[in-house]
Amino acid sequence: MGNALRFSRRSVLKTMTAAGGLGALGAGLPWTPAMAKTLVIGFLYVGPRDDYGYNQAHAEGAAAVKAMPGVKVLEEEKVPETIDVENSMESMINLDGASLLFPTSFGYFDPYVLKEAKKHPDLTFLHCGGLWTPGKHPANVGSYFGYIDEAEYLSGIVAAYASKSKKLGFVAAKPIPQVLRNINSFTLGARSVDPAITTAVVFTGDWSMPVKEAEAANSLIDQGADVLTCHVDSPKVIVETAEKRGVFCTGYHASQATLAPKGYLTGAEWNWAKVYTDFVKMVQGGIKPPNLVRGGLKEGIIKTSPYGAAVSDAARKHADDVKAKFMDGSFVIYKGPIKDNKGNSVIAEGKSHGQTDIALESMNWLVEGVTGSIS
Amino acid sequence: MDHASLGWWGVPLAVLAGAIRVSTPFLFVSLGECLTEKSGRINLGLEGTLVMGAMSGYATAYLTGNPWAGVLVAGLAGSLLGTLHAMICALERVNDIAVGIALMLLGTGLAFFLGKPFIQPQAPQLPAIPFGWWSSSAQVRSALDINPLFLVGLALAPLLLWGLRTTRWGMVLRIVGESAEAARAMGYQINRVRLLATAAGGFFAGVGGSFLSLSYPGSWNERLSSGQGITAVALVIFARWDPVLCVWASLLFGGAGALGPALQSVGVTQGYHLFNAAPYVLTLAIMIATSSSRHRLAGAPAELSVTR
Repeated sequence: MGNALRFSRRSVLKTMTAAGGLGALGAGLPWTPAMAKTLVIGFLYVGPRDDYGYNQAHAEGAAAVKAMPGVKVLEEEKVPETIDVENSMESMINLDGASLLFPTSFGYFDPYVLKEAKKHPDLTFLHCGGLWTPGKHPANVGSYFGYIDEAEYLSGIVAAYASKSKKLGFVAAKPIPQVLRNINSFTLGARSVDPAITTAVVFTGDWSMPVKEAEAANSLIDQGADVLTCHVDSPKVIVETAEKRGVFCTGYHASQATLAPKGYLTGAEWNWAKVYTDFVKMVQGGIKPPNLVRGGLKEGIIKTSPYGAAVSDAARKHADDVKAKFMDGSFVIYKGPIKDNKGNSVIAEGKSHGQTDIALESMNWLVEGVTGSIS
Repeated sequence: MDHASLGWWGVPLAVLAGAIRVSTPFLFVSLGECLTEKSGRINLGLEGTLVMGAMSGYATAYLTGNPWAGVLVAGLAGSLLGTLHAMICALERVNDIAVGIALMLLGTGLAFFLGKPFIQPQAPQLPAIPFGWWSSSAQVRSALDINPLFLVGLALAPLLLWGLRTTRWGMVLRIVGESAEAARAMGYQINRVRLLATAAGGFFAGVGGSFLSLSYPGSWNERLSSGQGITAVALVIFARWDPVLCVWASLLFGGAGALGPALQSVGVTQGYHLFNAAPYVLTLAIMIATSSSRHRLAGAPAELSVTR
């Protein structure tokens, strides 16, 4: 009796799995034209999506996708970089039938996105971070990132024209290559206008520390910095502090212009709206999105905030000229000779590293003119 | 150095300004906790109360346009959480530390949930009193823009000390905290005294939270507190349950926290992680220097579950 029951249960399970598998096979192929009715897309953010920063930039992209026909967008905020990522994606996939997922935080990739991608080989996972390696990572995973330091270079130019004290301030979270690259590009941009300019850097130690960020901004202003910028998750506190103290600032991630109507000069922004709508169009059209997408101003992955009222005509003209060169791909930021702030030569005379150069991805130095150290 | 830069003078100025700017939430939470612990109970939930106060204060200021209404609502939200803590702890065989941890999670979770729509909008801020009007230096003027809440906190500390020492209410509170049995024998209702002490402590902590969102750094987001409530609870032990010492401890913590960014901005950039850790190193050092294996901490109320 017991045996018979166990057998029947097992066979029932077997049939169910087979049927389920067939069903999943039929329903799961995201870029078959038969499935072109409604594409369910899931976005995962590491923080709140209206933080005036990293997450808001992604949420603005998601909002652009939402406006497209034939899609349904799911969003989940404050998903920590833990197993929670897998759980959130699982529920989007199993409960809502999501077939295209955008896990937007850098730290989601390994192992969480990779694990989910192996488990669901017929779904598409597009991760923000530019970490995909052919042969090593699953084919249904894509990773994208932008050379936002191009926009930082332009911000540096604009900051240089606005500064009277010739001292700029940079509040940064951690001395990792992407952050250092932004600090260096900002400084190189400013020093291309006036080589006497210096940038003082304060590292706060983490991506979101509002009190420490406010302290850092105040200290920099006390030391005479009259243009502030930053690389933290939410620039809100820094931009507000700069405005309160009556100095200029340039933004990061998204536009903070409304927070500082007097002092906001320009800013380096992500243009995820374009990137995401492009991806979704590809998937809707039955095209497999490329695994690695990287680009800067030219490719439309990043953009600059509109100039604030305080930006002079000379600054606008200079920045626009350089921007035009970025747009036609002829401008190289890291062109030798470049020295670091300890006097060592880091890029030799006659050598230049274009944006896509992998050597820039492991940057571990601060350029001449930066006051600060990475350890 | 040009005229606008202070050079090395910027460091002591930043530490002083930081002490004034950063210390206020520490001050309010530690005063509130001091009061609660004097009645013989620990409310570890003040971290949650602080965050809840920051959120409710910001939301109220934004919705009504009046930052002082925000301060009031933050205090009331805090005393509500304090009352909840006291009522749960009044039940039999309930551990106040465990309840505190639960309330910390509840407070922060609730604040994150309810605070979602208020991350983006800008609420009106509390006005600061310009005590630096006499100085021609913009840096000094900015450092001496002092928020009235800081002054309220400064005045509150000696007032509490006096109240605890000399008034009848203060003495009842201390009897309850030192010996519940003696208090019971004298006919005092222990749970009611503790309820009032915890609710008042919660009020202070809520007001401290409103300072975070309405003055400095002056915006609501989910990482606003980053553990300041818990630090302030520890400060009470550090200050030996003395409200006036709480002021010094809070100032010390605020100033030490400003040291890291200030040194980096003048160009001392090596080892900034160490400077950022300065407040905690300082606490450890003082705790070790003043602790003893032979007797319990001086000033600790005898009814506290951790010292009993």
